[in-house]
Amino acid sequence: MSGHPSTYEPKYAAEKWLDQRLPIIRMGADFMTFPSPRNLNYWWTFGGILTLCLMTQILSGIILAMHYVPNVDMAFESVQRIKRDVPFGWMLQPLHAVGASMFFLAVYMHMFRALYYGSYKAPRELLWIIGCLIYLIMMATAFLGYTLPWGQMSFWGATVITGFFGAVPFVGETLQQWLLGGYAVNNATLNRFFALHYLLPFVIAALVGLHVWALHHVGQNNPIGVTPKTKSDTLSFHPFYTIKDAFALVVFLLIFAFFLFYLPDSLGHADNYIEANALQTPAHIVPEWYFLPFYAILRAVPDKLLGILLMIGAIVVLFILPWLDSSKVRSMRFRPVAKWFFLIFLVFCFLLGWCGAETPDNYVFKLGDVGLTFYRLSQISTIYYFAYFLIILPILGLVEKPLIRPESITKSVLGSKAHVPAAAE
Amino acid sequence: MSDAMTKTDAPQDETKRDFIFIATGAVAAAGAASLAWPLIAQMGKAADTLAAGSIEIDLSRIDEGQQVKMLWRGKPVFVRHRTPAEIAEAESTNLADCPDPAEDSSRLIPKADGSVDPRFLVMIGVCTHFGCIPLGEAGDFNGWYCPCHGSHYDTSGRVRKGPAPKNMEIPNYTYISDTVIKVG
Repeated sequence: MSGHPSTYEPKYAAEKWLDQRLPIIRMGADFMTFPSPRNLNYWWTFGGILTLCLMTQILSGIILAMHYVPNVDMAFESVQRIKRDVPFGWMLQPLHAVGASMFFLAVYMHMFRALYYGSYKAPRELLWIIGCLIYLIMMATAFLGYTLPWGQMSFWGATVITGFFGAVPFVGETLQQWLLGGYAVNNATLNRFFALHYLLPFVIAALVGLHVWALHHVGQNNPIGVTPKTKSDTLSFHPFYTIKDAFALVVFLLIFAFFLFYLPDSLGHADNYIEANALQTPAHIVPEWYFLPFYAILRAVPDKLLGILLMIGAIVVLFILPWLDSSKVRSMRFRPVAKWFFLIFLVFCFLLGWCGAETPDNYVFKLGDVGLTFYRLSQISTIYYFAYFLIILPILGLVEKPLIRPESITKSVLGSKAHVPAAAE
Repeated sequence: MSDAMTKTDAPQDETKRDFIFIATGAVAAAGAASLAWPLIAQMGKAADTLAAGSIEIDLSRIDEGQQVKMLWRGKPVFVRHRTPAEIAEAESTNLADCPDPAEDSSRLIPKADGSVDPRFLVMIGVCTHFGCIPLGEAGDFNGWYCPCHGSHYDTSGRVRKGPAPKNMEIPNYTYISDTVIKVG
């Protein structure tokens, strides 16, 4: 899997026997000695964190499936039973629910890292696209999973999201009813959502395999975006980055544990403690926090189909980003203008999230008769979101004068001492 | 090509081989498609879902200004006994103000004798935006208001403002007596 010369040497007869037939230990050994840029910072630790997140979700999910009943009459009760009666269920159910939030927190950090340091640029386009695909399937999985506890938000969230398919011209209603297995969200819907929610994490795991394979083929990007040239530009993955990843992981787990043990419900919605009711919509429907920016984009236009297209477009634009950004310079450390546009982009992403959580007609602020509604703010933010990808990045690469980049990673790390022969290695 | 083959035989053989190759492929593709169809179709509405019958609603039990909500095919049906003021408002609306223009009378199904009863408005109580249930006696047009994304409906269930593209749907119903309707 790794694209560097193998240094593994089997010691024992059994190892040799295995190595000639299935070089699986070699694969693991090469993984651990993978030459990684020596200047990776903590933004590069989210890959390991995300791997742990996926494993946590799969393990806790399999456990929950042993107690959960995917039937409209029993689903809500069975989840409450897990929380109250099943041994350690009080911890295992929130582990899965809080775990989903933590998974998204980490994936957003990972993605913003890639955006800032240009990790999507050649030769990492496919690596980035596989990542986008993982993110897309993560969203589908999270949505399907949120339906399962069969609370009010579960039910109405499922109704609204499957309603998107109803907006497809001509075949919309047929398509929607085919997905639901009925005229509205019903028992058949819950059953299939459960089956798919169980399936998709394994698809994600397979894609993660491709993601890591592609990563090890092209090598990691790094904070200065300069490709490693000599041996002194890299360090063995183990022990240098296993230790760094482990430290970041512990910090991440502290945050995880804080939410899990002290605020397990803070990231969810109180209405999901009310059993699904097909005759009453909650007064204020909001998705989980990690979908809020997209929800704000959906509501930014007063037209159903256009709103959906914009929301889908907000994700599609990520897939084609490698070809939108015209700059050859990867890291924004050396892009004095792009850096600021990126920061503004970051601010607007948070503003979109805020708009998604608020009622559109409410005011962000009001001075006398004039004020800014969340509706207007979501429109401004949506425009910037798309402009960043479709106008700013394509043009900026052509007009911006990048700063001078260091010749090598070693030079950038050691400065004037870099001329010392690489004996220090 | 075997050496025994003459030169004139060779092209004929290749054509025959192409034909067999394409024919085999076509049969395999047709087989795969016919197998795929049941796998896709199983997700559609099952026979028991389709058979989910009709409901009868006794209009005489709904007082003026009152609305009942009944579940039909997993969706709520609104039956509103409209006040004279609401009827007047619905009938006098300028259709140019409606994104989905429809006369109030076109939203009422006539009785057996051909007369319409404008007092009773029967609709599927589902917002045409994303399927939430609008709240009654609310919104800017004294009709319904959808809390999800802020669509306003008037006293005829027509969308007047907000992201919903269409008026609330009128289900297929018939008067089985002067005061009882059958939906479905």
